[in-house]
Amino acid sequence: MAESPPAPLAAPLANAPQHLPRPWPDDMPLSRVPYWVYQDAANYRAEQARVFEGPNWNFLCLEADIPNRGDYRTTHVGQMPVIVVRAADGQINAFENRCSHRGSLIAFDDGGNAKFFKCIYHAWSYDLAGNLQGIAFERGVDGAGGMREPVDKAAIGPRKLRVARLNGLVFGTCSGATPPIEDYLGPDVLGRVRRVLKAPIRVMGRFTQMLPNNWKLYVENVKDTYHASLLHLFFGTFRITRLTQGGGVFVSPDGGSHASYTTDNARDDSSTAYRDQGIRTESQYRLRDPSLLDAVNEFGDDIRVQILGIFPGFILQQISNCLAMRQVLPKAIDQTELNWTYFGFTDDTPEMNRRRLKQQNLVGPAGFVSMEDGCVGGFVQRGIAAAEEKVSVVAMGGSTAESQVTRATETSVRGFWKAYRRCMS
Amino acid sequence: VALNADYASAIDDGPLERWPDFFTESCLYKLTTAENHARGFEAGLMYADSRAMLADRISALREANIYERQRYRHLIGLPLLKGERDGAREVETPFLVVRIMRDGRMDLFATGRYLDLVEAQADGKLLLRERLAICDGARFDTLVALPI
Repeated sequence: MAESPPAPLAAPLANAPQHLPRPWPDDMPLSRVPYWVYQDAANYRAEQARVFEGPNWNFLCLEADIPNRGDYRTTHVGQMPVIVVRAADGQINAFENRCSHRGSLIAFDDGGNAKFFKCIYHAWSYDLAGNLQGIAFERGVDGAGGMREPVDKAAIGPRKLRVARLNGLVFGTCSGATPPIEDYLGPDVLGRVRRVLKAPIRVMGRFTQMLPNNWKLYVENVKDTYHASLLHLFFGTFRITRLTQGGGVFVSPDGGSHASYTTDNARDDSSTAYRDQGIRTESQYRLRDPSLLDAVNEFGDDIRVQILGIFPGFILQQISNCLAMRQVLPKAIDQTELNWTYFGFTDDTPEMNRRRLKQQNLVGPAGFVSMEDGCVGGFVQRGIAAAEEKVSVVAMGGSTAESQVTRATETSVRGFWKAYRRCMS
Repeated sequence: VALNADYASAIDDGPLERWPDFFTESCLYKLTTAENHARGFEAGLMYADSRAMLADRISALREANIYERQRYRHLIGLPLLKGERDGAREVETPFLVVRIMRDGRMDLFATGRYLDLVEAQADGKLLLRERLAICDGARFDTLVALPI
């Protein structure tokens, strides 16, 4: 009996098996989070398809990282390796960094400049849009060898991402269903992005922190306005941000993105709320060189601190004059890579540059504030080791996830779970 | 060599309060990575331009910050004398730091080099006018509490 001819290489795997996430109990309110969600291996695999490759915008890089034609950077969408490249027409393309042939990385450096990409393994080549262009020895040698099967280069080429640009930031999504980024963020959060990214940015430094916890524990920490002045003594003692100051939280329509803010509030100076509750962050601690705290109002409003999160894993931070972006990438169930980019603006004066350099002591892996966020996720991961079936209580400020005019709330944490549960269900 | 041996002892065996004493009153201490240094990115994980700021680093560790109990073991290599600048000696010295955690785990935490400006005082004592601690790698595990 004759063999059936081989299927063309182009045939995609129809109905590829999906990793099914563990279902949430139907009646679980937004104010409860089961601990298995930080521990379950099947759930972790499902997140890659449903959250990172789902209908969401992932931060890829800065436009300033790839200013010229052919400039590229490699990054990740969840765990998927991605190439972001500036094309001839000035457009930015992004595609999966995986060769169509044997799956090798197409580009293995952090970045550079390329006229085209060629996989190092067997020299298959790609243009700057990620189209498979050439197959080495496709017709074999002297009529022997080579590709005998029909090859649909377009169909087996790397997966392409849709790209969105926002005030110098570059985002990518694998899904056709993701709304335009302006709608994804909603007007409140969008306005808060534009407020900070008011001018061309200047990178001042990059650092990577490896966190011993699930990626969601870090994102929740960022969205948790309740903890900031309770955990971080610098915030409480130096009145950089306290719950007794003015402020609030904007939550995007889908819940996933947020912007929290703290305003100057003279009345806070007489508040005894922290002292009365014996909270350690209001202390007599003083700096010998207070130049670290010498902040100026550079945005023309009264907002001292603004922390903004874009679902699933991007953070834009303004703490006084200390500006940074953070990219959260899962590496394993209990391993997270946190990529910090400290920045200023191209028109900063030397005085402002120096002020930023000093205030950067507050953030990053060694930050007077941020070092505590580096370890607290690990404390939770270890604390819940035997509590897979238990739940955490996220009930400050109710059980819904709308914008609120207080930060003594966990509304934006619930917003994260609202968006997450919709992706995963 | 003696300066570095004493410097390592102050951080590893304490008291940490001795650490600022290795610097001149007005100074620069910066902890960064080789990549940032090579690309001209000025930011540091730690950045101090006065002895008082260095003292604040230590007092924050004692009084303000939350982190798990840990200590370092520095192995500091031989100094390479590179030249002179503004009346101070330019010196480059490699280092290796093992971090010992509360639970007894020992990990290679950082390797790198110090780029120093060493200034001789009137009494002959050597002080650091500038120390750039430049880590070879760019990834830091969990957090960086103690100075390098």
